[in-house]
Amino acid sequence: MALLKSSKIISTVGVHPPLGVLSIRASSWWSEVQMGPPDPILGVSEAYKRDTNPKKINLGVGAYRDDQGKPYVLSCVRKAEAQIAAKKLDKEYLAIGGLGDFTKACAKLALGDDNEVIKSGRNITVQTISGTGSLRIGANFLSRFHTEARDVYLPKPSWGNHTPIFRDAGMQLKAYTYYDPKTCGFDFQGALNDISKIPEKSVIMLHACAHNPTGVDPRPEQWKEIADLVKKRNLLVFFDMAYQGFASGDIDRDAWAVRYFIEQGHNIVLSQSFAKNMGLYGERVGGFTVVCKDAEEANRVESQLKILIRPIYSNPPMNGARIAATILNTPDLYKEWLGEVHGMANRIITMRELLVANLKKEGSTRNWKHVIDQIGMFCFTGLKPEQVERLTKEFSVYMTKDGRISMAGVTSGNVGYLAQGIHAVTK
Amino acid sequence: MSLFGEVPQATPVAVFKLSNDFKEDANPKKVNLGVGAYRTDEGQPWVLPVVKKVEKIIVADNSLNHEYLAILGLPEFRSSASKIALGEDSPAIQENRVGAVQCLGGTGALKMGAEFLRRWYNGNDNTKTPVYVSAPTWENHNAVFANAGFEDIRPYKYWDAEKRGLDLDGFLGDLESAPKHSIFVLHACAHNPTGTDPTHVEWMQVAEVMKRRKLFVFFDSAYQGFASGCLDKDAWAVRYFVTQGFEMFCAQSFSKNFGLYNERVGNLTIVARDSDNLKRVLSQMEKIVRVTWSNPPSQGARLVAITLNTPELFAEWKDNVKSMADRVLLMRASLQAKLQALETPGTWDHITQQIGMFSFTGLNPKQVEYMIKERSIYLMASGRINMCGLTTKNIDYVAESIHETVVNVQ
Repeated sequence: MALLKSSKIISTVGVHPPLGVLSIRASSWWSEVQMGPPDPILGVSEAYKRDTNPKKINLGVGAYRDDQGKPYVLSCVRKAEAQIAAKKLDKEYLAIGGLGDFTKACAKLALGDDNEVIKSGRNITVQTISGTGSLRIGANFLSRFHTEARDVYLPKPSWGNHTPIFRDAGMQLKAYTYYDPKTCGFDFQGALNDISKIPEKSVIMLHACAHNPTGVDPRPEQWKEIADLVKKRNLLVFFDMAYQGFASGDIDRDAWAVRYFIEQGHNIVLSQSFAKNMGLYGERVGGFTVVCKDAEEANRVESQLKILIRPIYSNPPMNGARIAATILNTPDLYKEWLGEVHGMANRIITMRELLVANLKKEGSTRNWKHVIDQIGMFCFTGLKPEQVERLTKEFSVYMTKDGRISMAGVTSGNVGYLAQGIHAVTK
Repeated sequence: MSLFGEVPQATPVAVFKLSNDFKEDANPKKVNLGVGAYRTDEGQPWVLPVVKKVEKIIVADNSLNHEYLAILGLPEFRSSASKIALGEDSPAIQENRVGAVQCLGGTGALKMGAEFLRRWYNGNDNTKTPVYVSAPTWENHNAVFANAGFEDIRPYKYWDAEKRGLDLDGFLGDLESAPKHSIFVLHACAHNPTGTDPTHVEWMQVAEVMKRRKLFVFFDSAYQGFASGCLDKDAWAVRYFVTQGFEMFCAQSFSKNFGLYNERVGNLTIVARDSDNLKRVLSQMEKIVRVTWSNPPSQGARLVAITLNTPELFAEWKDNVKSMADRVLLMRASLQAKLQALETPGTWDHITQQIGMFSFTGLNPKQVEYMIKERSIYLMASGRINMCGLTTKNIDYVAESIHETVVNVQ
């Protein structure tokens, strides 16, 4: 007992600043505000910036880069911007749910032009502040209205920001097996086992394509079994689709899982981002969709989404949504966009192949097949934290400790050096 | 069986429903005095000439891209926006104890401030800290703080319906009786919806009580420049409070004074005791931003930053703002003159004494309903009108309608 007491005292004593400073700090409202922990991913970029090694490579960046390592503004985006500028539109507030031309096109892109859901008006799609904003609105909506279950099941691992978003919205986070570190692939059986135990009506988060951070996606036959099991368990499906088009280069292929689930009768909720596939990162373009039982329910849900949105930011920003809508609704811009998305996805795929080829050239005997099997912007290399640390210290290659690299940071100019470094720390 | 079978239909947000009803009204004489957006004398939205100029600059600049902004936003926007509120030569800025978070409009800035206060002010996650909003206030204030988790949102006396002016005694009385550390949302200028601002002397009295009673100052500044036509005049209260040593928040909106409504340009300016406290506050703000929108939209912030940081453009902007404020002042004077000429019962001085976009006419709900139904003049149930909806072409009709309403409906 006495020991407990004394340790309590010790923890409050701490360091004594001089009396003057103490009184100044004591007179601030914020003396007790702790320094927030640094963001793990931003920390990578910051360390990269400080490094003076001319061969340094930043593989933490979650944004596309061209083969010169530069940000890429899509040509269809520039054209759309020029078209918009010529129209001399006003800047009046958008509706709370956003730009109609955008939300309609956004839903069509995800669900397919002829989708029965859209035709019957049983979806409600609102414009959101990119993917994060969409997830947040979704989380708030579920927290308020999905009262039968508070648990959200994320794949293990998942995007780092999923957890704090749902937690801040009042949901509880659980996980299901997903990634198999032994194969650097999908642990299908492990996933099925875990999903079969999820309590009914819980929310299950699925990455529609290009899983972040692993790049490991289920195959179609596997998706079918998952859909089946999820239906048996009566789970509410939350799809996060941040990379449509960016994964395989084909927007329909990348949306296949989402469409399949809907076909199978799942009334899903869906988050979409146009940050990566249109390169509109900083314009914050996204959508949140609820597939409802019918149009009447969609109306009620829409009214509640508006109530949720209003006290956060009133109504969404116009610029990015206008650009996206122009592209999606103008046939030749749309065609050009498909080509550019295909091009971006292809460059990534090529870098994957080049990396593996170079690793073999270096003499690596490890199995690097997963680098090619994985899809999308990210690759879970399988490197351990100590190896990552060496790669950073000795080669100035910057990546997150979990071994994730952004393939977007790989170029034909640096892939050889990267292979050298990876081989050196893994041989 | 739907998971959403029990989701009830929510009542629509009043001000937007009003706009909808106006749209659907076939009466050619209809007038929309609802939503708070500026209109020209032709009744049209107005994209500021300086904004058009800067947009061209942005489109032509191929070195610009659409990469993510930092979590807290565009640095040149944040610092120049804070300067607008606090003044170029603000000692607080020179002392490195002013920071900012770029947010989605004024709403977003209020939201960020509210979320931070709930987590870190007056203890941790103290949802019981009372939040005071003026009676009446912008209808979204309540929801912003309630959604941030605050359980005790109370009105402070503000509008005196009888004398159609500020209830100073009531206001000061509520400040005196508020529990210590209560949060007060103050309108920096052009109070929404009443258009009634405290005088300098009255603000000084408010500040004295707030300092003595350790109440938290949270300014909502949505109309800087728009109220008097002069940026510095409109920021007097905010700057005065800074000189009094308060640590405080100021939620700034550039929707009205830049006419950038749909680009969602806002800034939460934070004045802290010192740079160390500021640093820790900003680090926690980042955490909140990250789980809400990750990082803010770039277009609007870029536009404002370029304008504020380029001397000729800054001068042009101030001119544009003054022209908007001047038209509003003209409409106020006109309406009051016409009501006096018509000998409309009651006093109408408040129309020219009030300031900013809005006027609390004093019309009661029944009279408002009459205006809408019988005259197709759309205004809020509170009797609030948007002066910007008045033009030289419709002001006679509106004056006559007010007259008829006041005479026929009690």
